[in-house]
Amino acid sequence: MIELNVQTIAFLVFALFILGGGLGVVTTRNLIHATLYLILSLFGVAGFFVLLSAPFLAAVQVLVYIGAIAILIIFAVMLTRSMTQLRQVYNHQWTASAVVSGLLFALLVVGVILPVWGINGAQAVETVSEVVADTVDLGKALVDRNQYVLPFEVASLLLTAAMIGAIVIARDDE
Amino acid sequence: MEDVCSINNLVRCLLDGGMDAGLANFITLLLGVVLVAALPLVTVIFLIWVERKVAARVQDRIGPNRVGPFGLLQSVADALKLLTKEDITPMGADKFIYNLAPIIAFASIVLIWAVIPFTPLHIGADLSIGILYFMAVGSIATVKVMVAGWSSNNKYALLGAFRTIAQLLSYEVPLVLALIVPVMLAGTMSMQAMTVAQQGMWFIFMAPVAAVIFFIANLAEVGRAPFDLLEAESEIIAGYNIEYSGFKFGMFMAGEFMHAFTVCVLMAVIFLGGWSGPFVHEVPLLGFVYLGLKTAFVYIIMLVLRSTVPRVRIDQLMAFNWKFLVPISIVNLLLTAFLLYIVRALGLAPAPNQATDFVANLPQTIVLFVGNLALVGVIVSMIRSQGRRQRLADEARLAESETEEPALPAGVPAGD
Repeated sequence: MIELNVQTIAFLVFALFILGGGLGVVTTRNLIHATLYLILSLFGVAGFFVLLSAPFLAAVQVLVYIGAIAILIIFAVMLTRSMTQLRQVYNHQWTASAVVSGLLFALLVVGVILPVWGINGAQAVETVSEVVADTVDLGKALVDRNQYVLPFEVASLLLTAAMIGAIVIARDDE
Repeated sequence: MEDVCSINNLVRCLLDGGMDAGLANFITLLLGVVLVAALPLVTVIFLIWVERKVAARVQDRIGPNRVGPFGLLQSVADALKLLTKEDITPMGADKFIYNLAPIIAFASIVLIWAVIPFTPLHIGADLSIGILYFMAVGSIATVKVMVAGWSSNNKYALLGAFRTIAQLLSYEVPLVLALIVPVMLAGTMSMQAMTVAQQGMWFIFMAPVAAVIFFIANLAEVGRAPFDLLEAESEIIAGYNIEYSGFKFGMFMAGEFMHAFTVCVLMAVIFLGGWSGPFVHEVPLLGFVYLGLKTAFVYIIMLVLRSTVPRVRIDQLMAFNWKFLVPISIVNLLLTAFLLYIVRALGLAPAPNQATDFVANLPQTIVLFVGNLALVGVIVSMIRSQGRRQRLADEARLAESETEEPALPAGVPAGD
């Protein structure tokens, strides 16, 4: 059923990165270690993008999530140094978060995985598209009137507003 | 050429020898990886010698001259010495992360070499997103500094890491903005295709401002003077790697030298035409020589800069980036895009079949170059007027304080 080739092995390794990293994030008591586990997990996602022949998204994943967001998380954690040596459990919401994530997983299985990869799923009848979209297609799609120009512009506006907001908040009152 | 087994036709050679196809491919790939990764490792030993010699000449010294001819083997002796040093792990250090940091430091630099085109035929992996890959891998280098600084359990190391985060993240902005310009000119992000696009004309003539911004931002990214705040010896001793000793320290040092050299190679590839030069298509290995010469040129500039300019303060560093480099890169980006549009609308751009022709590239180059010159002129005049305003304000304040000064004793009752 599952063909054992290089891609399958790579998929399993990356899946291990993602799941193991995610488990590490929620189980370790050390916040810096948690951030490093998060980096491992995000790296696995970048590997998935490579396997899906989307190298652009993979590079962006590493650049944005590992190079910027994870670094900022580390930075924030380091500024609160007493938080890095936690030995006792701070709150008791273990069970609540476990229930929420379990429900989310169930929702994803029912809502996404079964309709596509289930017994009567779309994957069974529809074959994967033969057309390979490259970076140029992605760029054109982002500015094409009939495709994604509106979401693209809205996201740009949101980011600009967020940036101006951050500058206004950080400014000294003069 | 055809009968000799080399890396170019190794797969066929091995197949002729009766080897399994998969195994032959695997061996060739493995050999290529080892070659690409070994090149920077071997070069760095020589580079440290070059760096010390150049610094010594600038400072009117001789430099290393005892071990081997011209002191060439000095770096080898140093590396051997580092190997024999005691490996110290500080108390309270986070051992696993502490040991992981030098590995990340080294690997993140070696990974960049995968996309560097050495000759028309030789490149580790011609990714369609080569430039973005460089940025992505380069951003991992930030992780190593943070991790090393934090896990050492040392306040100087942590201070160095804090400075690094501010510096590296800030200078990534002009770096990316400057890199978009050659991507626009070449119409691709692949390193190999970018070199091919420069066969007619090097991008440094079409986008000199972008080239200079790229160079300056890279100086900051690799932490070279005048931006070597992250290891300022006189302030925070050595920054993030202060607690490391022996071979782990050696890995950080070698990684830094390699990073500096790597960005020089990238400068040569992206702006100076990479392997392109005369007769390169007849003898592909010549491309390697051309690339080396161009890289050496950029590297020497970097070394002389390093040993001549003083270190900037952190506030100057930040102000220079956010108030000077970033606005200029944004204006430069818009200007180049606008000029390129005009050039293409007027039909001055070289036809696709003439893209490698020098004369066909001239009109486009002249337009872009003049546009860049105008931009430089505007910047210089703005700096001048700002400097004049500052000077006038200073003089006015000085004159004011001079007229006030005699008034002060007047308030004091005159003793008679």
